[in-house]
Amino acid sequence: MREPLLRVRNLRTVFPTRRGPLAAADGVDFDIAAGEALGVVGESGSGKSVTFLSVLGLVRPPGRIEAGEIELDGQDLRTLPPAALRSLRGRTVALAMQDALSALNPSLAIGTQVTETLRAHAIPVDPRTEAVRLLTRVGIPDAARRLGDYPHQFSGGMRQRAMIAIALAARPRLLVADEPTTALDVTIRAQVLDLLDELRAESGLAVAMITHDLAVVAERCPRVMVMYAGQVVESGPTAEVIAHPRHPYTRGLTESLPSLDDPDRVLHPIPGQVPDLAALDAGCRFRNRCVMAVAGCAQPVPLLPAGEGRLSRCIRAAEVTP
Amino acid sequence: MSFPRVLERLVQLPVVLFGVSLVVFLMITLTPGDPVEIMLADQRATEEQAAMLRADLGLDRPLVERYLVFLGNAVTGDFGLSFFHRRPVIEVIAERLPATIELTLVALLIALLVAVPLGVAAAVRRDSWLDRGLSALSLFGVSLPGFWFGILLILLFAVQLGLLPVGGRIPFDAEVPRLTGFLLLDTLAAGRPDAFLRALSHLLLPAVTLGLPAAALLARVIRSSMVEVLAADYVLFAEAKGLPRRRVLYVHALKNALIPAVTVLAIEMGQLLGGSMIVETVFGWPGLGRVVVESIFARNYPLVQAAVLLYAVIYVLLNFCADLLYAALNPKVRL
Repeated sequence: MREPLLRVRNLRTVFPTRRGPLAAADGVDFDIAAGEALGVVGESGSGKSVTFLSVLGLVRPPGRIEAGEIELDGQDLRTLPPAALRSLRGRTVALAMQDALSALNPSLAIGTQVTETLRAHAIPVDPRTEAVRLLTRVGIPDAARRLGDYPHQFSGGMRQRAMIAIALAARPRLLVADEPTTALDVTIRAQVLDLLDELRAESGLAVAMITHDLAVVAERCPRVMVMYAGQVVESGPTAEVIAHPRHPYTRGLTESLPSLDDPDRVLHPIPGQVPDLAALDAGCRFRNRCVMAVAGCAQPVPLLPAGEGRLSRCIRAAEVTP
Repeated sequence: MSFPRVLERLVQLPVVLFGVSLVVFLMITLTPGDPVEIMLADQRATEEQAAMLRADLGLDRPLVERYLVFLGNAVTGDFGLSFFHRRPVIEVIAERLPATIELTLVALLIALLVAVPLGVAAAVRRDSWLDRGLSALSLFGVSLPGFWFGILLILLFAVQLGLLPVGGRIPFDAEVPRLTGFLLLDTLAAGRPDAFLRALSHLLLPAVTLGLPAAALLARVIRSSMVEVLAADYVLFAEAKGLPRRRVLYVHALKNALIPAVTVLAIEMGQLLGGSMIVETVFGWPGLGRVVVESIFARNYPLVQAAVLLYAVIYVLLNFCADLLYAALNPKVRL
């Protein structure tokens, strides 16, 4: 395999709490290749957002990265001085957020929010012309006249697309899209996802699509990584992972998903709750909710190969049935 | 700001002034003691003479009629004569007002220059020793009595160290023609940088005395609204774009954090005007505040009445400006 664009090993990001340190990401390993779309799936609190905020170097204090390696484009981000890390943000790795209304600054014009990114990275273009081009590219009609508009003057779909245009202004190589379509209605959602697909095909942009919506991943991301309680529990080609899960949690996710082919199918929500991250033992973190749990699950479980291009963090991976 | 809102403010001004004029008028009428008796106290006047003076001053007329006469004169800018200046009140005020405005503006500038960076720094390093220290210091600053703080500054910088002058606005040998009444401008206009520095050295201590307590309150407001704004998604997004830290803090965050601060600022400006009475008295600053204090002690009511009305006008105008500034910072308020 080629050198990956992003390589994360054993990432551990902790937040101090009154009951002791809480590892929101705990031993996370994954790679993303140039031009790849990786779906990152998990429920709230599974550590998917924290993992990618760690990559961006934007974990809010008192949270901090305690251990691990983050290599982006061959550079070790953890040893990079703050100024160098800042110049990578937006330029090499960019962020698109769930809610454009809160991600865009309410008191700055849209045009300013595009051009300031171009200026911060000294992109050799005329900022105004480039801003019009970028906004037109994401389908903002009459972009030249709307540069002076404020976010509240844009419709929801336009705001989301404008935010993506801003995130992509400095032509990053990896876009972290944190629930980029959750807040949108179905038609606009398709527009935004199509746009990301096009950009990926055009410029070799890699996308990490963080979502709790397995359907979006099934449709748009060739590869998926499932996270649970701060750890990666399974990864592999999306179609195979959904068709033949190798971890009971992934199976639980697919079973709780309604299906168009079989609308009468009984949905099975996963029983129980995510364990308290501040009070974990060394064993499998899913075992309190797992129907397949055995005594051996109390031992530490590593992420191990489970078929072609697949990894699973389950000692009974081979026995998981769809 | 939308047109109806401007209109609302413009309508508000005369209403407020009417109310203040009533209070000011009653203040005189309801004050214990008959002005005629006070005036004739050591003159051994007869009953007839007293009645004549009372009729002369119009004090024998009904209260309502007297108020309407006062109001009619006030509208034309006639507030009568200042007793101890023996000149029209309006002239005395016009002469003293620039000194007070200059002092207030410089105090405001000091407050902003101190409060904004400290408030931002405390919010960024929330719960650090810096934040706690500033919080304690600003509590101290808010509860500081102006006259005591002023005297302390005089003792330290003027008496002990002899670095700064105390009293007055400018020494006689640095006097320049008064064009605007603002000495910092007039000295520059006269091409006298030496006089400018001397005027500045006179201004420094009173302005600091007035400005620092204002800075303390403002810093607390800016800190708390910055803390809120720094947790907003748009700050994270701005950082994720790779913007320089300075731009994230002072453009993206501060612009939004200042919105609540503007309202406080308008209230503080009003307080600075009020506070200037004490500070001007302590520092012998020849402004409006000091002449008002002197007039209160001397029962120089015409001047007090006019000054109080003026303070009310300024206060309403300040809030008007705050509304405009608020709209400039917050695009959603625009028409």
